[in-house]
Amino acid sequence: MISKLRSLFNKTFDAIIPLFATLLALFLGVFMLKALGKDPLAAYAALFEGAFGSQRAIIQTIIKATPLLLVGIGVCIAFRGGVINIGGEGQIIVGALASAAFALYVPIQSRWIMIPLCLLTSMLAGAIWGGVPGILKAKLGVNEILTTVMMNSIAVYLSNFLLRGPMIDPHEIEMGTRAAQTALLPEYTFLTRLAPPTQLNTGTILALILAGVAFVMLFKTTIGYRIRAVGKSADASRYAGIKVPFYQALALILGGSMAGLAGGIEVLGVQHRVMENISANYGFNGIVTALFGSLHPLGTIPAAFLFGGLMVGGNKLQRTVQVHSAFIDTLLGIIVLFVVAAKIFSTRRSKKRAING
Amino acid sequence: MLKKNSIVVLFIIAILAMAALPVAAADDVFQVAMIMPSKINDYSFSQSMYEALKVLESTFPEGGFELVYSEDMFNVADAREAIRDYADMGYDLVIAHGSQYGTSLQEIAPDYPETAFAWGNGTEFYGQPNISVYQARAEQGGYVFGQVAAKYTNNGKLGVCGPVESGDAKTYIDGFKNGASEAGSPVSVTYTSSFSDVSLMSAAAQTHMDEGATLLTGTSQSIPGAVSVVKENNGIWMGVQWDTIPLAPENVLVSLVYDWSPILNDIVSNMKEGSFGGRAYDLTFKDGGLKFVWNTENMEIDPELIAMADDLAAKITAGEISPLPAQ
Amino acid sequence: MDNLFNPETIFGIIGMAVTLAMPYLYAAIGELFDQTAGCYNLGTEGIMMMGAFSAFYVVYETGNLGFGVLAAAIVGLLMGLIMAVISVTFKAEQGISGIGLTMFGVGLSSLLFKTLLNGTVLSVKGFKSIRIPILGDIPYIGDAFFNHNIMVYVAYLLIPIASIILYKTTLGLKIRAVGQNPQAADTLGVSVNKIRYLCVCGGAILAGIAGATFSIANINMFQEKMTNGTGYIAVALVYFSGWKPWRVLLGALLFSFVNALQLRMQVLGINIPSDIAMMMPYLLTIVTLIFVKSRDKPAALAVPYERSEN
Repeated sequence: MISKLRSLFNKTFDAIIPLFATLLALFLGVFMLKALGKDPLAAYAALFEGAFGSQRAIIQTIIKATPLLLVGIGVCIAFRGGVINIGGEGQIIVGALASAAFALYVPIQSRWIMIPLCLLTSMLAGAIWGGVPGILKAKLGVNEILTTVMMNSIAVYLSNFLLRGPMIDPHEIEMGTRAAQTALLPEYTFLTRLAPPTQLNTGTILALILAGVAFVMLFKTTIGYRIRAVGKSADASRYAGIKVPFYQALALILGGSMAGLAGGIEVLGVQHRVMENISANYGFNGIVTALFGSLHPLGTIPAAFLFGGLMVGGNKLQRTVQVHSAFIDTLLGIIVLFVVAAKIFSTRRSKKRAING
Repeated sequence: MLKKNSIVVLFIIAILAMAALPVAAADDVFQVAMIMPSKINDYSFSQSMYEALKVLESTFPEGGFELVYSEDMFNVADAREAIRDYADMGYDLVIAHGSQYGTSLQEIAPDYPETAFAWGNGTEFYGQPNISVYQARAEQGGYVFGQVAAKYTNNGKLGVCGPVESGDAKTYIDGFKNGASEAGSPVSVTYTSSFSDVSLMSAAAQTHMDEGATLLTGTSQSIPGAVSVVKENNGIWMGVQWDTIPLAPENVLVSLVYDWSPILNDIVSNMKEGSFGGRAYDLTFKDGGLKFVWNTENMEIDPELIAMADDLAAKITAGEISPLPAQ
Repeated sequence: MDNLFNPETIFGIIGMAVTLAMPYLYAAIGELFDQTAGCYNLGTEGIMMMGAFSAFYVVYETGNLGFGVLAAAIVGLLMGLIMAVISVTFKAEQGISGIGLTMFGVGLSSLLFKTLLNGTVLSVKGFKSIRIPILGDIPYIGDAFFNHNIMVYVAYLLIPIASIILYKTTLGLKIRAVGQNPQAADTLGVSVNKIRYLCVCGGAILAGIAGATFSIANINMFQEKMTNGTGYIAVALVYFSGWKPWRVLLGALLFSFVNALQLRMQVLGINIPSDIAMMMPYLLTIVTLIFVKSRDKPAALAVPYERSEN
């Protein structure tokens, strides 16, 4: 009984720490808002209202949370394998481009064939974009931070090239506006919308399922066990006969495919075409999301919801009290720093618990 | 355990939320909201619209006009939510100032028949009675500037610092190239493939000048980087979209300013008559939407040059000159 | 193509590469110290933006370039302290702390710009080029290498200085020991945390100055997000270098040279799609690593040090 109570207390404690950190960051934001001459209460009310205050707000938050969740799952897998994937931005972009290209240029007019194939194409593209760093790390020991940073930039330029050249909407040339975007995808490739007129679509369900799949894969299968073993201790794994480079590359490839899928869903479910800035910083924010979720695929679900809410609410805050958008960026930065620093308290307690038995 | 996290956060924020009261907007105020991918002071596309709205504000009585805006809406999903939210909050006119927002408006506008929407650069109002669409015919200005630049430099080398090879940046540059080469000046063009890379923009400008160009032009919010190089090297700059003279008063010969006022005025007066859109506007020399701002205050400019520019603009308006080369 | 292969053009490209490499050198040498001591700092981009703004603001207000650099250094130090507290004392995951620091720095610099300067793009008089006597008069070479501003020369001096500190001094030995085997270093009486604080803060000072080079030693103006990803590239260059100062130089110059080259090719009208041209430096950095091995990673990189209790 007492041990149960204690474990409950410990769990609550662990859950409260990041919350406390977030609140502390928001509290710091009060002073910033005061300094900017804005009413902090009105501002935070807008933040909350914009994120969770109405049905539409919650749906917006979920739409935003979907790519964050997928990228976050990818980051979890990579992280558990001891590699950090900061190539999410590039992987989203190529995933988006690949699925759009497939949807636009493959003339099979069947939803049941096209949608799965489009999504698979986006995963494949993301896997390749994550695979290059993965294989370079496995074969040549090239650090993945280096390659993923470079691959991000390459993807942006590739996208600029395709969107203004080979893949540009022919209509844009005809009209002389030349906006860098693809044509609207054919309707049979659209993911089903769950709550029109919002863009909430079946992609969210797929993302949730994949969070479960990633959890099972990581914690209930041999592959997952090996990925985690490699992440925990590469040396020990090597002694145990696990092919360390292979599993590190695999972790990056799987991570890349998740981010690529985020791009595919963004295109088929939300935008219905590719335009500039399709990745919208989801690649970096997904890393933060994964951290909020303790680098656990299931934990990433509420984390994505919360972080998505902060972003959606931040925009509302900007609209309502007309505060500069940089305030939101700064505030999110402070929240991340506080949450990541606060982890030490739960780590310390769990260590103590381990020692005390 | 993590779900608990979010619930507690929700709870606490909810308490905060209750403390604040929603503010109702007065009915007799003309409320305008603007959504843009960049900033109100980017010396380019966004600023041109913002300043036009400021001018519009001055035509209203004190307190009769409210302007709000969302900057940095480069993510279309965020922009779409902003557009919908402003419409929801009862803004009379919602301006989606970016070509990437067209599809979003097409979806949203039918749900808010009482709200007027405007967007650009674009050419289509999607058959909606409450969408106005506008497009800057940048190639017109580009052509005249090409001619002016060739004359000013006596057919010297010209350099163009472009961002991404798309949108009105591309049409301006194509017009400029055409105008300059018709007048006999060699033109070289660089693109940095980014709207915001100031440092590369400045390196591009430096490269143009190293290769002997003395007069440069370019567009996007990253041009301050290029103007700074022109200033250091005592070159000449021609600005587009918004007045760049403040960036380098001694070096900017002329700016091609997008003046959206005529279009905005038309939209507003139509709104007063109960017509919320269904029109497509072109920003051209014809209606005074494309304007030259000559730096006569700080530089000695040959009046003939100014006359030539006006003459060319008139000829373009009359259809005697086609600013873009025949395809 | 012919007009590309004349000495004037080639040395022109080199001269531009020498300038373009400057911010990478400051930021990457700073990051090199961090990483050698076992911490990596993805917050470089944010620190650079804060450095760029504070240097610009101080120069704009006082007109004194020295104060500008000093301001960037101090702000860099403060940002470094935040990073050090979080990653050394609180032992947080460094990659994520760095990303948080970047969000914070990029956001705060924009916010300050909006608040203090009303978001208006202004310019200042930055560092002027100094032609070095005799060397500067050598045809072509003089212009390419010996006609830059003081911040550029200092950037290149950092390479030998970093080499000497890391490989010829006791401090360098301690730094490397802390990065390779903190337990052993601790046993020998080296304070792991002190060395890491020193390196993270020192590295951040250099990152702050790297930002300042944008706003007062090259473009001489401030705009939001003007470093545009340079900080991440600088971190990548440290991995490229295999933690050797002279290879940081090599990487920064290679990257900048290809950038300068592709711009020149565009100006000369050599027909390559601009976006593909822009890709070249990034592609080449990756391709180079296929041929040039980069190993010797500090063994304790990214591992927070926990003193064992027993």
